Amino acid sequence: MWLIFKKELRELLRDRKTLIFMIALPLLVFPLLAGVGIFFGSNAVEKAQNEVLRFAITGNTELTQIDEKMLAEPDKFERIELSPEADYTAMIRSEQLDFVLEIPDTYHPDILSAGQHTLNLYYNDAELNLVYQRVAAIVDPISEAFQIQAFNTLQLNDKQQAALITPLVIERKNVADDREVWGERLGAILPYFLFILCLQGAMAPAADMGAGEKERGTLETLLITPMPRHKLVLGKFLAVCLSGIITALLTVSSMAIWSFVLAQGMAIKFVTDLVSSVGVTDFMLMFMMLIPVVAIFSSLLLSLSIYARSFKESQSYMGGLIMIAIFPIVLSMIPGTKLEGVWVWVPLTNVSLAMKELMKGTMDYFALLGIFGSTVIIAGILLAFSVYWFNREKVLFR
Amino acid sequence: MIDISHLAKKFAVESPKKLSEQEKKDPRLQGRFFHSVKNVSFQCEKGQVVGLLGPNGAGKTTTLRILSTALKPDEGTVSINGVDILKDPLVARQKIGFLSSSTGLYGRLSGRENIAYFGQLHGMSKAAIADKIEQMADLLEMHSFLDRRAENFSSGMKQKISIARAVVHNPELVILDEPTTGLDIMATATVIAFIERLKAEGVPVIFSTHHLDEVQALCDRVVVINQGQTVFNDSLAVFSDLSGGHMHQSFLSTLQAPAGETV
Repeated sequence: MWLIFKKELRELLRDRKTLIFMIALPLLVFPLLAGVGIFFGSNAVEKAQNEVLRFAITGNTELTQIDEKMLAEPDKFERIELSPEADYTAMIRSEQLDFVLEIPDTYHPDILSAGQHTLNLYYNDAELNLVYQRVAAIVDPISEAFQIQAFNTLQLNDKQQAALITPLVIERKNVADDREVWGERLGAILPYFLFILCLQGAMAPAADMGAGEKERGTLETLLITPMPRHKLVLGKFLAVCLSGIITALLTVSSMAIWSFVLAQGMAIKFVTDLVSSVGVTDFMLMFMMLIPVVAIFSSLLLSLSIYARSFKESQSYMGGLIMIAIFPIVLSMIPGTKLEGVWVWVPLTNVSLAMKELMKGTMDYFALLGIFGSTVIIAGILLAFSVYWFNREKVLFR
Repeated sequence: MIDISHLAKKFAVESPKKLSEQEKKDPRLQGRFFHSVKNVSFQCEKGQVVGLLGPNGAGKTTTLRILSTALKPDEGTVSINGVDILKDPLVARQKIGFLSSSTGLYGRLSGRENIAYFGQLHGMSKAAIADKIEQMADLLEMHSFLDRRAENFSSGMKQKISIARAVVHNPELVILDEPTTGLDIMATATVIAFIERLKAEGVPVIFSTHHLDEVQALCDRVVVINQGQTVFNDSLAVFSDLSGGHMHQSFLSTLQAPAGETV
């Protein structure tokens, strides 16, 4: 068995495709893609924040300070004069203008007598342009000044002013600690990533070790060696498992390292806090739970691979397996699904729920019995099926 | 001695409706089953080369796959020097070397690693494997490419490595399924020389082929299979005499034999 395992591993490590999928993608390409995305995204936001917006103001502009404030920043705003019959909607669409602010005729700074004013802002919201935010940054201080002026006229103290602005305030007193809050959010996504990565990492090796052997014409010579069939399967199975686990581990480690490197801001604090609050035992348990999960995937992949006539056919079968991997995670995301009762015994879903509980720090460790019990049993049954499948002439010589 | 007696093997037809009209008329198709091999018997003595002939689809490959233990027969027995391959397949596999023109190599392993892997699968020690590889490399002139990855080998290089792989464990019987099909002249010559060497060493060889010149040059015995049944089983001389030395005519005449009868 170890002979088969070592040979398969040696071949895997010499395969550029496998190395790319197993090592280069998680370590370099995924972070690089994320980095490129962040770079272009932040560039686009920076550009939207700093570009000169061409604007027009219509209506009662006499008493507003809005245009004055905008014109005071010529590096950010440029006023365009409009003819009375100008179709400014069309002009915004054709990018001759970035926005038009329509001031109502009733506009007056004395809001106690004039009432509330509605300013219409015409702009193209289909693009990333931050027009609303930049106009609000000019208008909001003026609005606040009107408010203060009105309060002063009414001779209201601070207490009364606050009560008028927000008569009833709901203040949230969350009894959950930060770990629980972030654990609930991240813990729901983590199994999704890990399951898919384990599956993805195991796919190419599995396809190579079953259908690949058929396609190369090496299967027949292998089958007629004195190596018992179950040892052949076990050797291949272990190599596929290892690839899945390595891919998942590398990807998660790489994501953690790169997010520390890239974040460098607010995010890093909560990541550091979360990671430091999850114990080593919890991380070990997560890893341990992944082993039977990978075993389940590897057995299924090997069975599909040996059934296929060619590498290509095996990959098309394996594509469907992704849905099988996702479904148990979706079940764990249904509101009300908790790691208790029957769910403790539902394979894959229980692992997904347990990972969330471990992240939150609310794990009932007694449930591990059901989790490991059910996943190991299913993995064992599927592995036995793989061995049976490898003994079927109909499957081997389709 | 290798004794093959009354072999039979049928396969379930996955989609009977998809069969062509000609396939539907094949008398071996019975209900949902295709009787690929119905009654094949012959022997191969020590040092003999047996040529297995037959038209395409006659059941040659199925027969050889049964002999190599890749397939289990529904009926019949095969014994290799007293070992029943059905009762002791693992022991029988130690005694068999198998090669065909379609068997491939592990491209990401070197030639040496390919051979060594199969030696290890047969339970050989590392020292014994190393000795055997050196011996085969001298014999087949493989030193120049032995340590290169097999993915870029020419067909001749591949066939040499495949030969070495098939006999690395010193088998007591070598089975060759159309070993020269698709090979160029040089690679074919290597295979022919390999069979001659086995014969000289007293290793029995059973090989299927469509090339009657190879049969004439190498075989002691000829077995013709038609529609899953043995229709000729005798010496090369008798086979040749069927049509006054015209091998091609002899072959065609064996195919005229009524079903279930041997010429």
